[in-house]
Amino acid sequence: MGYPHPSHPRETPVLSKYFGDAEARTLAGWRARGGYEALEKALGMDPVDVQNVVKDSGLRGRGGAGFPTGLKWSFMKPDGKQHYILCNADESEPGTFKDREIMRWTPHGLVEGVALAAHAIYADTAYIYIRGEFTEPYERVTAAVREATAAGILGDNAMGTGRKLVVHVHKGAGAYICGEETALMNSLEGKRGNPRIKPPFPAVAGLWAKPTTINNVETLTAAPYIVKNGADWYKAFGRPDNPKSTGTKLFSVCGNIARPGNYEVAMGFPFKDFLWELCGGPLPGRAIKACIPGGSSVPILTAEECETAIMDYEGFVAAGTMLGSGGVIVFDDQQCMVRQIARLARFYAHESCAQCSQCREGTAWTTKILERIRDGEGVAQDLDTLLAIADGMTGKTICVLSDSCATPVVSGLKKFRHEFEAKIRPDRARVTMQGIPVLPPLGVTALKPVAA
Amino acid sequence: MSHGPSAAGGALVRAPEHAHAHEPYEPVFVGAMKQQLDETVAKYPAKMAALLPALWMVQESRGWVSDEAMAEVAEQLELTPAYVKGVVTFYTMYHQHPVGRHFIQVCTTTPCNVCGAEDVVKAFLEETGCGELGVTSSDGKFTVIEVECLGACGFATPVQINLDVHESVTPERVPRILAALP
Ligand SMILES: Cc1cc2nc3c(=O)[nH]c(=O)nc-3n(C[C@H](O)[C@H](O)[C@H](O)COP(=O)(O)O)c2cc1C
Ligand code: SF4
Ligand code: FES
Repeated sequence: MGYPHPSHPRETPVLSKYFGDAEARTLAGWRARGGYEALEKALGMDPVDVQNVVKDSGLRGRGGAGFPTGLKWSFMKPDGKQHYILCNADESEPGTFKDREIMRWTPHGLVEGVALAAHAIYADTAYIYIRGEFTEPYERVTAAVREATAAGILGDNAMGTGRKLVVHVHKGAGAYICGEETALMNSLEGKRGNPRIKPPFPAVAGLWAKPTTINNVETLTAAPYIVKNGADWYKAFGRPDNPKSTGTKLFSVCGNIARPGNYEVAMGFPFKDFLWELCGGPLPGRAIKACIPGGSSVPILTAEECETAIMDYEGFVAAGTMLGSGGVIVFDDQQCMVRQIARLARFYAHESCAQCSQCREGTAWTTKILERIRDGEGVAQDLDTLLAIADGMTGKTICVLSDSCATPVVSGLKKFRHEFEAKIRPDRARVTMQGIPVLPPLGVTALKPVAA
Repeated sequence: MSHGPSAAGGALVRAPEHAHAHEPYEPVFVGAMKQQLDETVAKYPAKMAALLPALWMVQESRGWVSDEAMAEVAEQLELTPAYVKGVVTFYTMYHQHPVGRHFIQVCTTTPCNVCGAEDVVKAFLEETGCGELGVTSSDGKFTVIEVECLGACGFATPVQINLDVHESVTPERVPRILAALP
């Protein structure tokens, strides 16, 4: 099927096969489509064997970081401790709206994946943390958990195996940063959503200091298909010459594009065909200027770069960006890149949890400077100041929100510098209140002198 | 977060002109609500984890989270009122002031922004009579704010009114959406 439009013949619908099919939402409907067979199979397997199938399949985290899922699960040992599985359904990365559709259309698919993962990591309790704005996804997933529990699929004797598998659904309250896995744990525990310093990693001390595995909605929903059909089936999707990216991936497409929506393709799909053929290319009479392919936190590509990029983890790295969360944001020739990058910076300034100074100050000043350039009040020196701030924000903080703010600024300045320069006032330089030209920021040596 | 010291700030809900009327505080967690809270607490190994759900219950029954309500939640969960306030102020969805009966949040983050989200904001400000972001209309019906990515970017511009999301909103559709509200 597909939603909001039918699947394109070149898509590979696995997770999205039942998007738009309301019957798949109910337990009966899900079972009729083969649902919960994978969970039953997994419950009959040793957890280590489940971990190994997923490891062998090459599945990598779909939340943004791309960490190998089977490897993550294998950190969890039968040590007799309380373990938790925490599903990250906080989806708030601008450009990303795939988990929303998974939860709206196939909530049982997610619940099955969560239960299967719980078994695989020796956990008896799972939490699904859903962002506060997701009213419908929350209701659908809650209803699915209720149905599965009433049917004995979940509970103290899951599917009659004697195994305890309990799933709780938890609602967030508005904060992008809670999608960062350690902030997610703090938020669930009833704290401010500040990321934690790592180590300790969640597999050692996670929720309530107990070993915890955190996975994205899409990652967990893919797992049952792998257990059911085998690692080789999953590995067959992808470029034969790139075993590091396997399976299918949901890409959310938005911005200035003819057919926005979710598309599921096999890893290794050509980005050019994707944008122009599947998504219908630009709006009539316009041209694509730029694209951010993996959610707002990854480097911007020019239209030319989009034409040669390959859609998998390594393909996007080769193109100078990242696959990230798979949120594709398209900009056309009507857009001012300064304005839009300033708007992205404002997003990060608003969402910074403010515990690291580089991030708190860096996101705020980046926004202020970009907005004054946008408003025609920028001076030449501002561009170097932006890069110096970006440097100070990268690789120095507790989490990577800070880096994520710097990324579009640095790549935007590199690839669309002419748009920034066109807005700069050449007749002016930044001066102090006493009228003295402002010193170049620390660490910047190659500043050209500016006329006062 | 809503109240970070960030110099860039964010769209905040303004306190109404006349400070909150001081009627005697009626506790939220009695009867069925207390039972619901107890059931929620049982889902977690620590009482504190029921804090976000408890604040949601307060907001659903009272429309906002007052200082008195924070104190009540604190007592229920064996926390201090200051701790609860610290958590409330971190999350953007808890209202620390009364808001309009219809709380309208328009996403203006980049993906929606390139599709004309700012025009949608303007249309809401005009049609509701709010005039300004974060200000409640004089009839108490509406408050309009800009919000960051609602996770529905392919349906630009998504607008969240109380708990419901309206997809693909254009300025032209605004009057009809408002007219259909109860
Ligand atoms: C600022 C920030 C926000 C994030 N937001 C999300 C999110 O909304 N959803 C998500 O699954 N992962 C998000 N992540 C990534 C998580 O930290 C984590 O890597 C992921 O949930 C792990 O699951 P996976 O291995 O299945 O991808 C975010 C990371 C950062 C730094
Ligand atoms: S980098 Fe920013 S968001 Fe991340 S912990 Fe530091 S201040 Fe918070
Ligand atoms: S940017 Fe508007 S919903 Fe994501």
